[in-house]
Amino acid sequence: MAGVPLSPTARHAICSVPRDVADDTTVRREPDKETDTMWQTLQGIDWHPVRLSLQVAAIATAVALVAGLALGWLVARTRLPGRGVLEALCMLPMVLPPTVLGYGILVLMGRQSALGAWLRAHFDYTIIFHWHGAVLASAVVALPLVLKSASAAFAGVDRSLEAAARTLRQSRWSVFLRVTLPLAWPGILAGTLLAFARAMGEFGASLMVAGSIPNQTQTLSMAIYDAVQAGQDDIALVLVILTSALSTAVLLASNRLFTARSS
Amino acid sequence: MKPSVLALARRAFLAALVLPAAALAQAPAATLTVSAAASLTDVLKELAPAFEASHPGTTLRYNFAASGVLIQQIAQGAPVDVFISADTETVDRGIAQKLLDPGSRRDIAANQLALIVPSGATLPVRGLADLARPEVRRVAMGKPATTPAGRYARQALEAGQLWASVEGKVVPADSVRQALDYVARGEADAGFVFRTDAAPHADKVRIVGIVDGHTPVRYPAALVSDGRQKALAGDFVAYLLSPAAQGVLARHGFAKP
Repeated sequence: MAGVPLSPTARHAICSVPRDVADDTTVRREPDKETDTMWQTLQGIDWHPVRLSLQVAAIATAVALVAGLALGWLVARTRLPGRGVLEALCMLPMVLPPTVLGYGILVLMGRQSALGAWLRAHFDYTIIFHWHGAVLASAVVALPLVLKSASAAFAGVDRSLEAAARTLRQSRWSVFLRVTLPLAWPGILAGTLLAFARAMGEFGASLMVAGSIPNQTQTLSMAIYDAVQAGQDDIALVLVILTSALSTAVLLASNRLFTARSS
Repeated sequence: MKPSVLALARRAFLAALVLPAAALAQAPAATLTVSAAASLTDVLKELAPAFEASHPGTTLRYNFAASGVLIQQIAQGAPVDVFISADTETVDRGIAQKLLDPGSRRDIAANQLALIVPSGATLPVRGLADLARPEVRRVAMGKPATTPAGRYARQALEAGQLWASVEGKVVPADSVRQALDYVARGEADAGFVFRTDAAPHADKVRIVGIVDGHTPVRYPAALVSDGRQKALAGDFVAYLLSPAAQGVLARHGFAKP
């Protein structure tokens, strides 16, 4: 094969058509030029950021879910002094610029911070320029969405049902798991999906904390940013369509859950 | 009380609409937009008042970023009058794409690439070869695709047969100034910046050495083909070549073009 110049048609056949089909030359239609360049674009794309984005968003959402459930309960069901301030602080990442968040994480977790220096000295670990940094940033921006929906869902649960369960000698924990959580679940899940979509879209803070290191910390949103900066508009377009489709699917699912709850 | 609050809100809303328009109406007769390599940030800011004073009514508007990002903005139609790159390659590309006026091209300065480490660094980084050592985990440099400083650094590492062992440690920065910041914060063990970027931050970063093995660092300025202020833009490039401006560039550590 070496040294034999390939025609665009032949190259297309080798790249895109499975061998058994390619051998059957009679059924293969002539590929047009447009699909050929499109195929080359797809081949030139590094798919690692897609996987990393899903991974980062999934872990960040799990972290936000646990923290959001606890905080949502605190806000909706307890009379803890200062819970209003606590809620406002947790909601801040929704309205603050991502740069503030990124800077905050750098200052709190960077090498020059007490925590960052300690982690480095004892565990040889740093969150900076590590994909864990992107998880932290994404979890912080996703938390408000879980917290809000969880506190609303907990507040909406009929307290008399819980009281009834208590008269049936159920422990508080058992009431929470068997009555409150199942009743509040659709609202919480809808908020969690929203949080996942938001975590997928995280860019600014993650970029500041984790950097855009190819094959290590570069997420989908960073790959789009780099492609646009470098003028690789075709790659950017493919990634934009992909991330839009993923996010639309998640939002549709979330909407369906919200309407299911209200009807 | 309610209606008056509403009226107040309406007035505030109208004011918010009108104020920017009023500000635009009062803008001076001419604004010259200069897109320049990030490494020129400090020196060009210092040079602005003198140029504005010699051209009454003119306001200089700077846009600093990696040269590759700036030419991309110009290609997408950003209203820019003068482009100054930190390499000849980006300007060559702009001229080939007919974005820049080839006749207007002038080198305004030269520079050197430096290998830096955080000032309190304990790692024994004395030269390029040390970057391949396992103790060196992170090396900050501009993204080679868009940042001249990153491209020079990659050329130098490739020339030293080191790129393969260093590539995986690279933290790509949006501009040479971001690479400087990564090293200054101690988050990267070493980094590549221009000598002029590191010099004012001697308290935070230490220059290990000047790097060679790359094409010479030159700063070509050129007028943007679609620029609206051609005469003024030409004046600005001429001003940068004047003895006064060259003196300021020299004081910031830039070499003669």
